[in-house]
Amino acid sequence: MPGRIAVSNRTAAEWQTATLTEIRRETPQAATFRLAVPQWAGHLPGQHLMLRLTAPDGYTAQRHYSIASAPDDSGNIELTLDHVPDGEVSGWFHTTARPGDTVEVRGPLSGFFAWPGDRPALLIGAGSGVVPLMSMVRHHRLRGLTVPLRLLVSARGPEELIYAAELGAETTPVFTRRAPQGVPVGRLAAAHVAPLLADQPAHGWEAYVCGSNAFAEHASRLLVAAGQPVERIRIERFG
Amino acid sequence: MNVTRGFTGRPRVHNPGLPPGQYDAGDDWPVLSAEVTPDLAPADWSFRVDGLVERPHTWDWDAAHTLPASAYDGDIHCVTGWSKFGVRFGGVSLDAFLSVARPHVSATHVVAYSHSGYTTNLPLADVTDGRAWIVWEYGGKPLPSEHGGPARLIVPHLYFWKSAKWIAGLTLLDHDEPGFWERNGYHERGNPWEEQRYSGD
Repeated sequence: MPGRIAVSNRTAAEWQTATLTEIRRETPQAATFRLAVPQWAGHLPGQHLMLRLTAPDGYTAQRHYSIASAPDDSGNIELTLDHVPDGEVSGWFHTTARPGDTVEVRGPLSGFFAWPGDRPALLIGAGSGVVPLMSMVRHHRLRGLTVPLRLLVSARGPEELIYAAELGAETTPVFTRRAPQGVPVGRLAAAHVAPLLADQPAHGWEAYVCGSNAFAEHASRLLVAAGQPVERIRIERFG
Repeated sequence: MNVTRGFTGRPRVHNPGLPPGQYDAGDDWPVLSAEVTPDLAPADWSFRVDGLVERPHTWDWDAAHTLPASAYDGDIHCVTGWSKFGVRFGGVSLDAFLSVARPHVSATHVVAYSHSGYTTNLPLADVTDGRAWIVWEYGGKPLPSEHGGPARLIVPHLYFWKSAKWIAGLTLLDHDEPGFWERNGYHERGNPWEEQRYSGD
C-alpha cells in the first residue's frame, strides 16, 4: 500500500478557532455545518480534521470528521455530521450549536485517503461515508476536471440519501430498504461494481471506499472479486 | 481555554487509565484499517526477523507456537480517540523471537511490516523487555482477521497504529525509517500519555 500525499504537518499541528456560520439540514439524521476558519491552510478532497469541544471545567472531547467541502481557498470548510445516538460531540452539534458558536479544529490530517484529482476515481460510500467522497465530487465539478469519476452511494432510503439534490450523472444510488417506485431495493452487489470495472478508464481506477466497517469489508471484497487490485483500494472506516 | 458554549460533555468519573484526549470505547472495538482485509490462513502466515541481527530467522505458524506463551492483559489506545480497557491478547513476547535472532548492538530501530504491505517504525527499546507481543488470540479466541488475524503485533503502550496487523516481520536498523502512517502525517513515536498523535505534536 503506497503512500500518496505529503501533509503539511506544521499547520496540522495547531489548533485553530472555527466559527460556525451556517447549519443546513441534509436528511432527518444528518446536517451540514459550515465553519469559518480564516487561517485554514487548505486541504485535499478526502482529508479529515480533528475537532475539539471544551466544557467549562476544562473537559474536552475530540473527534475526527471528514471534510465535505471542496478546497476553495475561501477560508470556509463544511462538515456533515450524523446525529449519533448518545453522541457526545455530534449531539452538541445537532441540539445546541447555532451560528456564531466557536469550536476548535486542527488539520487537514492524513493524506492516504486524499484524491488530488489526478487519476480516475471510483468512489463507493454508504450513509455518512459519502462525506469525504462528496468533497471529491465537488472538487471535480468546481475545477471542471475531465478525469473519469464515478460514485456508488448506498442509503437506506431516498430520504436518508445525503446530498441527494446535488448528486448527478456520475452517481448511482443504491437503496437498501426503501426506494422510489421502479428502483430496485437491495444492498450493494457485484452487479453494481462489475460494469464499472468492465468499462474502466486507461490505467484503471483508484478506488475509495468509505462507510461503516461492515460496509467497507463488503464493498472492498466486491471490488477485489471484480478484479480491482488491492493496492489501489483506499478505505476509510467509520469505526 | 476555549470553552464551547453549551457543551458539558458526558458525565465523567476520573479514570487514571485514560490518556489525555481519549474516551472509553466500552465494549466496542472499532476497525480502522485503510486497506483491504487480507485472506490470510494460519498455514500461509509467517513471521521473519532480519536486518541487523546475527541470525535472521523465519517462523511459520507451528514454529511460532512452540515458543513460550505470553499474554497481555491491559488497555489499548487508538489515535482516533478511543481507548479500550481490560483486553487480553494471547501469543508470544517479541523478546522470545528476538532472543533467537540476536540483534546487533548497533540496532536502534525496527520497521514492522505486514503481509498486506503496511509498515510502521518503532525504536527497538519500545518492543523489547516485555513491551511487545506477537498475538493470535483475543479474549481466548482466535484473533479475527479484521483485527489483524491470524497474528498481529501489539505494542500497547503506544497508539495502536504501531501494532501492525497481519504482521509479517521486523527489520532491525541502525536508524529510524518512517512507516506508512508516519509518512502520512502521524507522529514518529505515538505515546498516548504525551498525546503524540501527529507529526509536530
